Amino acid sequence: MKKVNIWAWIILLIGIVYFFLPLVATLEFSMRMIKGRYTFEAYRVAFTDPKFFLNFGYSVLWALLTIFFSTVLVVPTAYWVHWKLPKARPFVEFVTLMPFVVPAVVLTFGLIRLYGRPPILLLGSPILLIAGYIVLSLPYMFRAVDTGLRAIDVRTLTEAALSLGAGWVTILTQVIFPNLRVAILSGVFLTFAIVMGEFTFASLLAWPAFGPYMEEIGSMRAYTPQALSVVSFLLTWASIGLLQWIGRGRGQEQVAGAH
Amino acid sequence: MSNVERLPRLPAKRLNWNWVGIAPFFFFAVMFLFLPSLSIFYRSFQANDGSFTLDNIIALFTEKDIINAYKTSLQISLITAIGGAIFGFLLAYAVVLGGLPYSIRTFMTTFSGVASNFAGVPLAFAFIATMGNAGLVTRWIESIFNINTRELGFSIYNMWGLSIVYMYFQFPLMVLIMAPALDGLRREWREACENLGGTSYHYWRYIALPILLPSLLGTMILLFGNAFGAYATAYAFSGSFINLVTILIGAQIQGDVLYNPGLGNALALGMIVIMSLCMAGYAWMQKRAARWTR
Repeated sequence: MKKVNIWAWIILLIGIVYFFLPLVATLEFSMRMIKGRYTFEAYRVAFTDPKFFLNFGYSVLWALLTIFFSTVLVVPTAYWVHWKLPKARPFVEFVTLMPFVVPAVVLTFGLIRLYGRPPILLLGSPILLIAGYIVLSLPYMFRAVDTGLRAIDVRTLTEAALSLGAGWVTILTQVIFPNLRVAILSGVFLTFAIVMGEFTFASLLAWPAFGPYMEEIGSMRAYTPQALSVVSFLLTWASIGLLQWIGRGRGQEQVAGAH
Repeated sequence: MSNVERLPRLPAKRLNWNWVGIAPFFFFAVMFLFLPSLSIFYRSFQANDGSFTLDNIIALFTEKDIINAYKTSLQISLITAIGGAIFGFLLAYAVVLGGLPYSIRTFMTTFSGVASNFAGVPLAFAFIATMGNAGLVTRWIESIFNINTRELGFSIYNMWGLSIVYMYFQFPLMVLIMAPALDGLRREWREACENLGGTSYHYWRYIALPILLPSLLGTMILLFGNAFGAYATAYAFSGSFINLVTILIGAQIQGDVLYNPGLGNALALGMIVIMSLCMAGYAWMQKRAARWTR
């Protein structure tokens, strides 16, 4: 049953046009800053703005903090659920799916109203921002780590380590983490891609980041925002590309990001 | 907060110490997910002076701005969920069962992974560059038909324009989820159908479609929720021109535009309720879809 379907090609063509037209248009638009010819002037303008590096740097910082805390939170929990507490799985899975139930803007609203005034005042520190990003990363992180844990024999590894006299910290850092390297990395790249372009949390909690900066430039200038979009797309492409390359040969399932 | 401290002491003797292992995760979830959601719920029923009231909930269904916001949000979500499902399904079908080279399929699924995560501000700018006033497609159309779209009163900064933008992350998601589901259709089923004298129509009507229906509907619900909760894309695309629920909540955070904090909470609560219904529907469909996968 290997007949080549003409409709399949037509649909594929439509899909490719819809996929690539906005990308081509963005690239073309970003190069039209000087009238009459195509130049990279908009990129030069974008990259010479000191605020670009400041905001981009902040986003990298937020991404790294999110990745660190998310990993520290998710890996031991997922490991524990596999090793000692399968009963807690529905609860943990439920929590990791919460970002789909409580959209970013609603969560921000709740966080600001709850922690914006005493008794617990967290609004002045980046804790709420990072917490929000960790929540966003939970589904990807947990799924990736959970899939990784399924592939290794948690019980045997842990018992072997225990019988050799290893403590819990040693087991986690010397046995579990190295075995989950690929799984964790794929969660990490997705988290990085999401945090780097994130707008909602950063904007509404008023922290400097790449997303709000792009939006601000977009309301002030023409052409440069599109140059930044191209940069952002390349960043996403690189992250997901690396993720696919690392996780090649495994069944990777992805869910939607932060819109 | 208090229930976090109280929990370990509750079942005095038969406490399972294993639960302590997920305590940090539990603490995080309570602090940054459950308490904020609970506070939204609680404050939806609070008047400005702190007394109990149902006014905010009633206002959700009577205040014109709020009804319009919900209407627009629901419409966009419905349009892009159905549109994304149809095109996504067709594309998934084309690359999985259409007899195209396998490399195209790999490329398409990778690209779908990227596209479903390419959203927010850059996506909005990409579409402004495509079909905005000076966009590539706009200029093409203007030069081909020799017209001026602006003079014709044509604008993309409305519900339909935003729907086209949303589709960019909606239908790749459908491709990502449907491709494995289409893989799950076993060749034996089609052969059995053909041996019994069934045509392609019979196969799709009585075998393939009923099997795929739960994942199809489930993904559609997911797409619906996906669009319903979107904020960044809409905000960067049109500012506050398009009156969505998320835009209204965002404005409420930046300043009390509703002149009633309780109403803001009720607005957020309405979203949580709709999203919860979506997730429940999705979970139910997933369960039904799982019957046919090994």
